[in-house]
Amino acid sequence: MTDPTRRQAPATAPPTTAPTTTALRAMGAKGASRSKRPRALGWLHVPLWLGYVFLYLPIAVVVVMSFNASRNLFVWRGFSLDWYVSLFQNRAMLEGLGNTLIVAASVTAISTALGTLLAVGIHRYTRGGLIRAFSIAPALLPDLLLGIGLLSFYALVSFTLGLHSIIIAHSVFATAFVTAIVLARISGLDSSLEEASRDLGASPVRTFIRVTLPQLAPGIVAGALLAFTLSLDEFVIAFFTAAPTTPTLPIVIYSTVRFGVTPEVNALATLLLLVSIVTILVAQRLTKIGSAKEPQ
Amino acid sequence: MTASSAHPITPATPETRAAAGQHAPAAHGDPLLRVDHVTAQYGSVVAVDDVTIDIAENEFFALLGPSGCGKTTLLRAIAGFESPVAGDIRLDGSSLLGVPPHKRPVNLMFQSYALFGHLNVEKNIAYGLEAERLSRTEIRTRVGEIIEIIGLGELAKRRPAQLSGGQRQRVALARALVKRPRLLLLDEPLSALDRKVREEMQLELKRLQHEAGMTFVVVTHDQEEAMSMADRIAVLNRGRLEQLDTPVSLYRRPASRFVASFIGSANLLDGTATASGIDLPGHGEIAVAHEVAAGRPATLVLRTEDLTLAPAESGSTGVFTGTVLDATFLGGSSTIAVEVPGLAQPVRATVHAATTVRRGDRVALAFDHATASVVADDRSDGQAVGAPR
Repeated sequence: MTDPTRRQAPATAPPTTAPTTTALRAMGAKGASRSKRPRALGWLHVPLWLGYVFLYLPIAVVVVMSFNASRNLFVWRGFSLDWYVSLFQNRAMLEGLGNTLIVAASVTAISTALGTLLAVGIHRYTRGGLIRAFSIAPALLPDLLLGIGLLSFYALVSFTLGLHSIIIAHSVFATAFVTAIVLARISGLDSSLEEASRDLGASPVRTFIRVTLPQLAPGIVAGALLAFTLSLDEFVIAFFTAAPTTPTLPIVIYSTVRFGVTPEVNALATLLLLVSIVTILVAQRLTKIGSAKEPQ
Repeated sequence: MTASSAHPITPATPETRAAAGQHAPAAHGDPLLRVDHVTAQYGSVVAVDDVTIDIAENEFFALLGPSGCGKTTLLRAIAGFESPVAGDIRLDGSSLLGVPPHKRPVNLMFQSYALFGHLNVEKNIAYGLEAERLSRTEIRTRVGEIIEIIGLGELAKRRPAQLSGGQRQRVALARALVKRPRLLLLDEPLSALDRKVREEMQLELKRLQHEAGMTFVVVTHDQEEAMSMADRIAVLNRGRLEQLDTPVSLYRRPASRFVASFIGSANLLDGTATASGIDLPGHGEIAVAHEVAAGRPATLVLRTEDLTLAPAESGSTGVFTGTVLDATFLGGSSTIAVEVPGLAQPVRATVHAATTVRRGDRVALAFDHATASVVADDRSDGQAVGAPR
């Protein structure tokens, strides 16, 4: 006898079409890997943890050194929060942070709205893979290409540079990421849900708001958070499209670092790391809530 | 599970109230739903081919056929999710074509149930009423009513993911019924359930349909399901209507070879029609009244339970004489396969209880000629024989 409750597979299939950024990979792996897997041989733990060390040792060094009392980057002189204090007294840094937050928030709003609509449209009205590939391509294109392309375009149409030009530039690739994530979510949905809503008397608009959006919500939120973190630390494109008067935080850091790395940068990196980790964890959690099996 | 008949789901419209309770036959005035020469296509593939069906008020109607026969397409066309390329669909005399799905007084219960995962049971059921912009109190009363009738009381606050298959099916049914549709369409309503629950739900659906005084149209590929639930059945094959009749008539008087083979178990013996019967190759003529033109390829339909069995040497004159190939005891009955010289396939007979015949025995098979029927052999030309009534 088959268990009828089994029929509803977890709705969040790993986003196969999504670009393989580490964040996405972390999200995609969630769904499948929870099942009982045969215990690996003991020695296989060694390469596993070596891999993690390779990935996270540099980050750990930055975090640890941000609490270093010494000005010298390579010598530990005891614990101190001095660099965090001086970071918050650094005007250029704070201004950069302000710009970055404005850009990231705007980019999140624009790319989430556009990406969601794009994904719904692609799912509903197209069949071929080519148009999908084109919608996701900006996420995969080299940043350099996008940066140069956008700069030449702005010059061509005599567009003034400033925060708005960075927002538009970042929205280009962030939209592609949101589209990819929402598309992955959409293709796992039962298409008869929308029909059921229509059948029960809901107009197309009501159906979109009351059924389609709630069903897509986990994907949309995950996409929004990803867009936010991507924009937060994006350097190359921002460097091309920012006006000299409106540098974002990565640009400020870059110009600081050119005159030697101060532990202040370590403190800033640690804070950014914290924001990114929290965002990714929240995204993961929300994606999980939306799937068929809810924590009960 | 059980429900009191104190809460009948009376359809809302005055006309329905007037008609409720009396089993209106199709011939009586206008039908509730008329599917009028409907043809539907997917690209160049004709899914529904010139089908005409009338469905009466309060009828439990089944669309039966193998997968790909067009039954679901027809159902979806009635619900408004497919547009026929030709023909008309009229409900209460007015055409439904051009009316979008959300404005049709028809509800569909989806095969996948299509429950909204982000809403609990109660809100799933209330969804359709909220779309009608009814008052909160009315919504609450009607949802409460239906929850009691369907027996979902203790599950009202659960999410669909926390329900079993049978419970989901009930929620889907409640969500459609609470709308008090003129016509309830059910797409393979029981296919996702295991056998025991399925049998329970067959009775339950019939009871609900009767109590609600509503018209049900159920799509199924399971002939037993259709036979046990429906008042009338339309058998579809390759997009065409093969036959439309009551379960008993379909079984006793199949209009085509396809219907005979699809419904129940029968011996199908192919031959050529003659004026007064059928000529079976290697056997000779058997007299059975029929309407197939003489000289046409035809098939003799013999239900396995209509055949009686006697030892060949007892002197009884059977129609067929042959050797027992196999005798299988099934509990309540036994099936016996007999090889008859001249016939391509062994003839199968069903007898009550255990049988004494064994493999290798010589037996004679007899049948009452009134129980047999001869239908045109429609396999080669694919023509539908059953004309819509």
